[in-house]
Amino acid sequence: MAEKKTNSVIRWIDYRLPVFSFLKHELEEYPTPKNLNYWWNFGSLAGITLIVMILTGIFLAMHYTPHVNEAFKSVEHIMRDVNYGWLIRYIHMNGASMFFIVVYIHMFRGLYYGSYKSPRELLWMLGVVILLLMMATAFMGYVLPWGQMSFWGATVITNLFSAFPVVGESIVTWLWGGFGVDNPTLNRFFALHYLLPFVIVGVVVMHIVSLHQHGSNNPLGIDRKGPQDSIPFHPFYTVKDIFGLSVFALFWAFFVFFAPNFFGEPDNYIPANPLVTPAHIVPEWYFLPFYAILRSIPDKLGGVLMMFGAVLVLFVLPWLDKSPVRSARFRPMYRIFFWALVVNCLVLGWIGAKPVEGMYVLIGRLATAYYFFHFLVLLPLLGRFEKTKPLPSSLGKPVVSTGRK
Amino acid sequence: MSVFNKIAVLGLVLNLGFVSASIASDAPVPLKQNWSYKLGKKGSFDRAELQRGYQVYKQVCAVCHGMNLLAYRNLKSLGFNEAEIKAIAAEYNVKDGPNDEGEMFERPARPEDRFVGPYANEKAARATNNGAFPPDLSLITKARPYGPDYVYALLTGYTPAPEGVKVMEGMHYNAYFPGHQIAMIPPLVEGAVTFSDGTNATVQQMAKDVVTFLAWAAEPEMEERHQMGIMVMIFLSVFTVLMYFVMRRVWQKVK
Amino acid sequence: MTSANKTSKESATPGGAAPTRRQFLYLSAGAMGAIGAAGMVYPFIKSMNPAADVLALASVDVDLSKIPLGQAITVVWRGKPIFIRHRTLEEVSKEQQVSLKDLPHPQEDTIRAKKPEWLVVIGICTHLGCVPQGQKSTENRGEFGGWFCPCHGSEYDVSGRIRRGPAPTNLEVPPYQFISDTMIRIG
Repeated sequence: MAEKKTNSVIRWIDYRLPVFSFLKHELEEYPTPKNLNYWWNFGSLAGITLIVMILTGIFLAMHYTPHVNEAFKSVEHIMRDVNYGWLIRYIHMNGASMFFIVVYIHMFRGLYYGSYKSPRELLWMLGVVILLLMMATAFMGYVLPWGQMSFWGATVITNLFSAFPVVGESIVTWLWGGFGVDNPTLNRFFALHYLLPFVIVGVVVMHIVSLHQHGSNNPLGIDRKGPQDSIPFHPFYTVKDIFGLSVFALFWAFFVFFAPNFFGEPDNYIPANPLVTPAHIVPEWYFLPFYAILRSIPDKLGGVLMMFGAVLVLFVLPWLDKSPVRSARFRPMYRIFFWALVVNCLVLGWIGAKPVEGMYVLIGRLATAYYFFHFLVLLPLLGRFEKTKPLPSSLGKPVVSTGRK
Repeated sequence: MSVFNKIAVLGLVLNLGFVSASIASDAPVPLKQNWSYKLGKKGSFDRAELQRGYQVYKQVCAVCHGMNLLAYRNLKSLGFNEAEIKAIAAEYNVKDGPNDEGEMFERPARPEDRFVGPYANEKAARATNNGAFPPDLSLITKARPYGPDYVYALLTGYTPAPEGVKVMEGMHYNAYFPGHQIAMIPPLVEGAVTFSDGTNATVQQMAKDVVTFLAWAAEPEMEERHQMGIMVMIFLSVFTVLMYFVMRRVWQKVK
Repeated sequence: MTSANKTSKESATPGGAAPTRRQFLYLSAGAMGAIGAAGMVYPFIKSMNPAADVLALASVDVDLSKIPLGQAITVVWRGKPIFIRHRTLEEVSKEQQVSLKDLPHPQEDTIRAKKPEWLVVIGICTHLGCVPQGQKSTENRGEFGGWFCPCHGSEYDVSGRIRRGPAPTNLEVPPYQFISDTMIRIG
């Protein structure tokens, strides 16, 4: 902690509990590459979205009743009677989609610039853990309003586990706490939906600790050569993050106020009915690519394994891509395949929303195959045979902060 | 009605409460109506229209359809005053109790009571309707693809069955209903209600009014949401511009 | 947005454009950020206030004709116990003669009861919210014959007025009206 310009109370506390030193070290002085572009904004956006989701969620939980007879009504009670309940619910509901948009962009940024490579393998793997936790949380949250999509989504997804031989049926019954999705299921989903975000916070803390160990990667993907390559986090990246947050808030607010049900399904405004399945059950958009992979495999167990495999393959990504060059800027071949992967994921998402028939089946299978081909075949081969461009020697000219230009 | 389909039309619509998209169904896409409450039009509900719509609901739809998420007190948003609301509520009886003798009893509804539905429960509804269940209308415009456009198209979409289509006993042909055969008899006929403000009660007029009422019922927060939304968007835009210049100033020092 | 403010202080020294203009920029951004944050907080605070359906909660009609003289009943209004006591003539005249000087919270009995034989009060001790005893004649009614709060020993008279103990004010009279000679509507 800077000795001057701090008052004695702060010094007294800091001597015993160094929170101020910690904040100064990690948020103010924290040396950051000076050349980060806007794609690096999405990490902080994800963190802020998590906080907003937890806050809105806590306030929603104050009015929500996790019981099959009351859940739907209590959500409508929030929408109609609770002061600004509609606002808080719409922020939360659209926030789930915002969270996934931000995190998916954050991940593709990591893929493009090779942020998962040594020494940041654990940083990347912790990120994949966060993604898995987010998926579980989002899925269980979607069940809580107890509409038709909630109920049938829960039924279909929990039934995935029945694909496992021998133990499958017992696992499903255990998940339900009954012989179908019912009140015990709703109760435990609510408990877990409240708990998991705090687990995510814990993993996020580890994610950040791991990040600050070696600092951010950067668009050039080369290590910083000295202090001239770094700038303090504050004020440079604090103002940039606030600017990014402001743009993001505009985007989010547009949906909250003018198209709050854009990401939702009309069927979820029909109360859950265990006797009638809606004609088209579709998961939330952020699950569509995985849903497409699930349905592309004609075998039940195989589909489930491939779907989980699609996420799990990311865990071993740092060892699949052996190329010593991080940034795609200097990897001409990889850059092409990166964009092919982006397009492929969009195609998978599109297929996930389509019925399993005709051309869609074929396209879905090709896209699924390509997804795994990219990670399991292309990346290892590229690492060996790709001819990379020469790397620059430093992040650029030294930083001049004398104030004169 | 996937998000991917929705994104395709996102650019076209600033006034979207309900974004149209194609779903895998053989029913034709309902025509987009020019709803007066859409943002970009008025952005708020016309009270006279709402009151007419409520009258249509009350005198026609309510015979079979409940709206159990609404309370009589909510009618205040339609422009009724407290005495009028009390009078409307008192037209209905609700079950209350038990009283001191342990008996359930009926009493006139009060403003804080929920709309009294036409049937005691779903079984009773099915028993009187040939096995069909008239759905609750509280959220109907939010709970169907194309929302209000669909409900309007359905109400005005009864036609004689085309050649070769055999309509089942007790069913009616309606192109917009999934499967084309609907148990609901054509609900609106010319002059089914008499509007006190002298508006001509044509089928189109009644359909338009009642759908506006249903849209309000499904999203009573819409007016406040639109107004607050405009304020928030303006505020955030100014803040974004300001932060952009702050950022540029701060970053001047970095080369 | 304190960050922006702080920056303005630190970098108001030489360099860059005119410091006043820059400070203005930083300050207005900081102020807007603060307003925005406060604006975000408001709906959350407000959401914890009673919701519209709670505020509209039912009024309660009570038939008084079945309460024998000298006895009391408890009804529930807005989730709270309401004490309705059919007072005897002696009780009424005794309460009406109490000197206001003897009362920690001086109130005439005639103000507290719309009809002298009927006392309607919220049965919640004004000290810390316990429900006093004394609805049944077998319960401890305290020295003044009204109610006795078991939590901290507040004693009320038959007008529901605090006479002894830590409670600061008399038992509250809820809004009610006689809709007939023997019916009241609370709320």
